[in-house]
Amino acid sequence: MPDDVGMTVAVQLFPTCIGDVVAQQTVTDTERVLDALGIDHQRPSGTTCCGQPAFNSGHDSPARSVAKATLKALDDGSDLPILVPSGSCASMVRLHWRELFHGTPEAEAATRIARRVRELSSFLAEHTDALRDLEPSLAVRVGYHDSCHMLRELRIKEAPREVLQTVAGLELVELDSSERCCGFGGTFSGRYPDVSVAMADTKIDDMVAAKVDVLVSSDPGCLMQLAGRMSRQGTPVRAVHVATLMAEALA
Amino acid sequence: MSATREDVGGTPLPPGWAKPAHQPDAFELTTTTFEERAAKTMARPFARGAIANATDHAAALTTARFVGTDHDALREEARKIRAHAIANLPDYLDHWIDQAERKGTVVHYASDESEARRIVAQICTDQQITRVVKSKSMASEEVSLNSALEAVGVDIYETDLGEFVVQAMGDRPGHVIAPILHRTKDEVHELFSAMAGHELPNEAEALTAFAREGLRHAFLTADAGISGGNFLIAETGDVLLVTNEGNGRLTTSLPPIHIALVGIEKVLPRRRDLAVLLPLLTGHGTGQQITTYVSVAAGPRRQGEPDGPEQMHVVLLDAGRSALLGGEFEEALHCIRCGACQNVCPVYRQVGGHAYGWVYGGPIGAVLTPLFRGQEEAGELAHATTLCGACDDVCPVKIPLHDLLLGLRRRSDADGHVPRHEQLAFALWAQVWSRPLLYRASTAVARGSLRTLARDGVVSAKTPLLRRWTAGRDLVVGRRAR
Repeated sequence: MPDDVGMTVAVQLFPTCIGDVVAQQTVTDTERVLDALGIDHQRPSGTTCCGQPAFNSGHDSPARSVAKATLKALDDGSDLPILVPSGSCASMVRLHWRELFHGTPEAEAATRIARRVRELSSFLAEHTDALRDLEPSLAVRVGYHDSCHMLRELRIKEAPREVLQTVAGLELVELDSSERCCGFGGTFSGRYPDVSVAMADTKIDDMVAAKVDVLVSSDPGCLMQLAGRMSRQGTPVRAVHVATLMAEALA
Repeated sequence: MSATREDVGGTPLPPGWAKPAHQPDAFELTTTTFEERAAKTMARPFARGAIANATDHAAALTTARFVGTDHDALREEARKIRAHAIANLPDYLDHWIDQAERKGTVVHYASDESEARRIVAQICTDQQITRVVKSKSMASEEVSLNSALEAVGVDIYETDLGEFVVQAMGDRPGHVIAPILHRTKDEVHELFSAMAGHELPNEAEALTAFAREGLRHAFLTADAGISGGNFLIAETGDVLLVTNEGNGRLTTSLPPIHIALVGIEKVLPRRRDLAVLLPLLTGHGTGQQITTYVSVAAGPRRQGEPDGPEQMHVVLLDAGRSALLGGEFEEALHCIRCGACQNVCPVYRQVGGHAYGWVYGGPIGAVLTPLFRGQEEAGELAHATTLCGACDDVCPVKIPLHDLLLGLRRRSDADGHVPRHEQLAFALWAQVWSRPLLYRASTAVARGSLRTLARDGVVSAKTPLLRRWTAGRDLVVGRRAR
């Protein structure tokens, strides 16, 4: 693979709290995809959460204490990219840590880490040739959900689609509501459960109408919301992370 | 212009045609929570469908309007104009007042809502005004103007078709541009048929004709017209008004007295700023290149002019605006009330404008309401959003609504308006999750508990901790069977 000479061969993987508690499969599948690509990876020890639940609720002080633990774990003196299999956590570290740690002793480290952090699918999109060489294949009709923070803060839209399109037999359908919020919104989902669920339903109706087999996203938060609602309703659509879909296509 | 009430023709609206307007301060904000108000709209599937359809349609029109234009450059230009106008608001406002007074306009300043009510009521009393036609004004909603005028014996006719329906129903506008977005044609049909005393054809044209007939009579017999204002042009001292139904022009030019109630933040420095702001207001409001009517109210009728009001009063409304100048939330004053953020808001789409409890719904409502009504009363609204950012991307003057909402959440935290249980929960969370060892232990416990609760990889149990999640959703923790 001459094109890949000079490409990244080692990365750090920040599983995030949602990956540690609910979305373990996403993290395992991310590792499988990296293995298939021959990219060395490791989970730095001591990471916790990026602080987003508190930060987005307006509680900067607890957000900072928690994020500091993760910052210390990630700041290993290397320049290795830090992959995050979650659009909103990646956005938190990349864009909001600088603000959160502004004027604190961690300010410099926060900037350093912000530069290293990569949302997973945008990283994988740089390896589409290598992915294609591995001949991933899966006969499914897929709809993609753009997570809000990944789309509107990190401005990543095409990358996950490019990754999915390396899969032979995969049909990617553009959903009318692909950019509409799923209703998760972190603590919003608990503050206003009925509104949150109604928001999920409009997306789910759209997926059902588009007759997709699988809904793919790059954000475990959105997936927890959409999969949870579809499970409750018995909707025959799977909701999986892009890493999971790729791991299955490469298996 | 000497028509009397007897000889104008048209069919007067029957006495008692409108339900009494709301009492001042009877906003639901003070008595209910967002969740309770949202539930009311969500329990009406027709309303939800109507809101979703109307907002989707409006958002699509706005997108289509700017295809092939350098939309972002225009928005950036508009942002700069608004930022400059607001940063220099006192100067431009003084200039506007000078110019307006030079043209014979009587300018009043209302520092708060009750003062605005008092000033307009006083004008009505002084001038023996008993019948008023009114064109759409959100500022008048802020101050509950109608009930204040009813209290001094003034009959009010809302003349915007949507506001006419709102008034007749005793409702409130549900959207800044489209007041009856949450209503269906069938509801209007039922209402108008009841008002007419016989069954009207259930067709938009027939229904509109019914309202038009009654309103025509009102226009011709009104003692005064009350309007809002979309812009105050400092350079010329004029009030600019955009409408599509012509009611704004009739209101401001036909009756002998015109009273405009306008928020002080509506100032634009120069007339030529309209070249930027006007297409953005109309494009983001209704998807139009320009509205059917753009009316400029430039003072009372001058000598030799054949028409126009004999008196023009402008009541400048502060009501919380000047307090925002120079502060963290100043950008909220950049708003031109186009409603575009409401049209793209996924929360508004489900719950409509009334859920926000006061005058403005959607993202700008979630920002303005806590700022104007106070954190105590309305701080909750800043949490009634998923921070999805769709509003930031559509705002024609690039108000960073997401940042303002987050800023308001921070202010709640700093001011101690956060519920005790939430404070404790985050404090405990920080104690545990800032320590990797405790974090690992806690996540192991969480995983173990979820495994215990799960059936086939799915937790649907209504355990106390997960109650608000599992009421409508499962928690999928394992790989599901395919």
